[in-house]
Amino acid sequence: MAHVGPGLSPRLGPRLTWSFAALLPLAFLGVFFAWPVLAIVGLGLGEGGVLPVLARADTWDLVGFTLGQAAGATALALVTGMPVAFLLARCRVRGAGVVRAAVMVPFVLPTVVVGLAFRALWPDGGVLPIVLANAFFNVAVVARTVGGLWARVDRRAEDAARALGASRVRAFTSVVLPSLAPAIGSAASVVFLFCATSFGVVLVLGGARHRTLETEIYLRTVELFDLSGAAALSLVQFAAVIAVLVIGGLARRKREKALPLRIEPTRRPVGGEWGVVVAAWLVVSLLLTPVVGLVVRSLATDDGWSFAGYAALAGTGERGTLAVSGLDAALNSVRTATDATMVALLVGVVSAVVLVGLRRHGSWFAETLDTALMLPLGVSAVTLGFGYLITMDALPGDFRTSPLLVPLAQALVVTPLIVRIVLPVLRAVDERLRQAAATLGASPWRVWREVDFPLASRSLVAAAGFGFVVALGEFGATSFLARPDAPTLPVVIARLMSRPGELNSQMAYAACALLMVVTTAAVLVIERLRVPSGGEF
Amino acid sequence: MSLRVKGLSVRYGPVPAVSDVDLDIADGEVVALLGPSGCGKSTLLRAVAGLEPVGAGVVSWDGTDLAGTPVHRRGFGLVFQDGQLFPHRDVAGNVAFGLRMHRVEREAREKRVAELLELVGLAGYRKRRVTELSGGEQQRVALARALAPRPKLLLLDEPLSALDRALREQLAVDLARLLRETGATALVVTHDHDEAFTLADRVAVMRAGRIVQVGVPTEVWQRPADVETARFLGCGKVLPASVAWALVGVDARVGLRATALRTDPSGTIEAEVLERVHRRDHVRLLVRIGDDDFEAVAPVAEPPSPGDRVTLSVDHDGVAIIG
Repeated sequence: MAHVGPGLSPRLGPRLTWSFAALLPLAFLGVFFAWPVLAIVGLGLGEGGVLPVLARADTWDLVGFTLGQAAGATALALVTGMPVAFLLARCRVRGAGVVRAAVMVPFVLPTVVVGLAFRALWPDGGVLPIVLANAFFNVAVVARTVGGLWARVDRRAEDAARALGASRVRAFTSVVLPSLAPAIGSAASVVFLFCATSFGVVLVLGGARHRTLETEIYLRTVELFDLSGAAALSLVQFAAVIAVLVIGGLARRKREKALPLRIEPTRRPVGGEWGVVVAAWLVVSLLLTPVVGLVVRSLATDDGWSFAGYAALAGTGERGTLAVSGLDAALNSVRTATDATMVALLVGVVSAVVLVGLRRHGSWFAETLDTALMLPLGVSAVTLGFGYLITMDALPGDFRTSPLLVPLAQALVVTPLIVRIVLPVLRAVDERLRQAAATLGASPWRVWREVDFPLASRSLVAAAGFGFVVALGEFGATSFLARPDAPTLPVVIARLMSRPGELNSQMAYAACALLMVVTTAAVLVIERLRVPSGGEF
Repeated sequence: MSLRVKGLSVRYGPVPAVSDVDLDIADGEVVALLGPSGCGKSTLLRAVAGLEPVGAGVVSWDGTDLAGTPVHRRGFGLVFQDGQLFPHRDVAGNVAFGLRMHRVEREAREKRVAELLELVGLAGYRKRRVTELSGGEQQRVALARALAPRPKLLLLDEPLSALDRALREQLAVDLARLLRETGATALVVTHDHDEAFTLADRVAVMRAGRIVQVGVPTEVWQRPADVETARFLGCGKVLPASVAWALVGVDARVGLRATALRTDPSGTIEAEVLERVHRRDHVRLLVRIGDDDFEAVAPVAEPPSPGDRVTLSVDHDGVAIIG
């Protein structure tokens, strides 16, 4: 379809229009992502330089631990996510809907909340809870990404292998697994990224003993004021991220090409399949353990069960730990997340539309833009927040003090998710359906309004919901940028935990439980809205 | 009020899909584009609709070149093989779509929708969800939707191919009646010659991106332009003039369809039965005449068995003269 006749403009016109429309997301990425990140890079190269940092042995210890724990968590998430993917894609059993929603809850839980939830179970922290917590977040990514493809893999290939004499296990390893490979690769690269740049849980569970690049950047900036060292480490992290993104991009491209339209009907499991279903249920109940543990911890005090933590949220904590009350922080969280969601929706939906439009007209630019849009997903939020601090004063009216700073940073984190949810749905709209509308007299813009958007409406709502909860829980960039007099709930939680006092920690747990309830409720509503396998996460 | 295609070529990258095609469709005429899959007939139709960039040549309506006219301003209706109904709209919403795009007032719109649903035999289906319809019903809705804004030209891309046989034959007859009744000017793409001959006033046979023959159905059926066209139109056997004269009494190169030779006790051609296959309304035989193999047909009752010797007579309806 990519052919353009020599000297013919009818096809070149729309392509130019689309490229022009790409300027909005590109400008947003340029100002609020590339500029701050490049400033960090410049800082790292400029001052002390990267080489001295690279030459130090403890830098490589950091790199080793960062990649090691990410690899461990990725492997764990893959192993535990596969049975859940199987259940979601293939099985018609009671409670599949519950599993679908339950597995999604951890993914959107604020990192600080998860950190605290695991600390409620492992009070001393350590490597094991770090790996477990990172895997805990990402089981959903594996289950949804792999499950989404699995539901579309033709069951008859497997049946044919069985008819030819392959055992159930053999049929799985020789037929099913290879066809799932692109989704597994794509999920693994995304999970690895999330784990390698995970901030909140490592900070809460690792303390000063177990540090990753991400937390080290934070500590060097905030506590040691070693800006060039932090910048150099950011650079190291950035290099790793780009490598993983490129690999993931290749895997994703394969997958999207291979996506057939039909969805295999689910059926009741037979024989050994029940074992897999039981394993999936086990994974889900394990996922819910920290969640329940957190609620219990928020109610348990030295004097028995009490709502003291919740009551204390109206105040500013023990001996005035906080500048504002917990309630004000909660309200501020909601306001900030709302602004962030609106910005991210605007940028995300425009990006998705532009990506689909560019690809329909066969532009090479689509692939590049697609990967560029995913970059913020992988670059550490801490690096980003740090970058904002050293660049945003150059914008009119010293942007560093603007109340829009935090929403914009959050929007940057949320936008890739929105693109990933909306894009596959828009891309799945049959080109001929759009052509039918055109032959009936609908102009190109009218086709979007009458066909694409109505068909994607549910995923748009779901994307907005997801965007909101992720913004609500965003911690990395927010902790850098939120002004002391306007913190969000996750920032308040971290502050409370870092200060002594039984009431403070009780308050932190109560705030966590509240955030979790809001998040879970949002996820449940979204799950009802989503079309089956509508997106990647 | 007529379509003219002149020297049209469409390429997919380096691959030519349609090469130097000329075709005219007069007002109220139904033309079928007939050819095997991959011959470029759908591409030609899409180029006429404005959905495919034209490499060379001209598509014009009433003498006006359409090169600068985008799809949505051409006023050509299009029906796809699989309907492509809007899943988020009900039956009435689908049929009314084109009317809304043309800013037809609400009352006139509803009247027209009712009229069309009546026409395609789906009165009372207004509020039905399109996902609940059978394949045949979906295709009827798709047709009503395409006809609603009174298109200048109706383009049908294999409109019946996705349906099963009984339904397809029924719908082909319905569709033919509908096209006559509405006086539509139409271009139908199909790979099925029965369908083409049922629907069309004229048939254009297409092969490898080129139109190789245009004519009324009987002409194309009885006098295919070349050997490959004859084979595509069901002639399993092609005989040079000398052999044709001896066997069927025609002094020309001919193509024989299976029905050209029938078992007949008073026939003059002697043959030995090699194989026998039961078909819907006849028995298909493979026979040996002299030292060459031919297809022949026998009645379903008491068909001969392999090894039997039979006599055959020629049915000239099954004989096509090539060239």
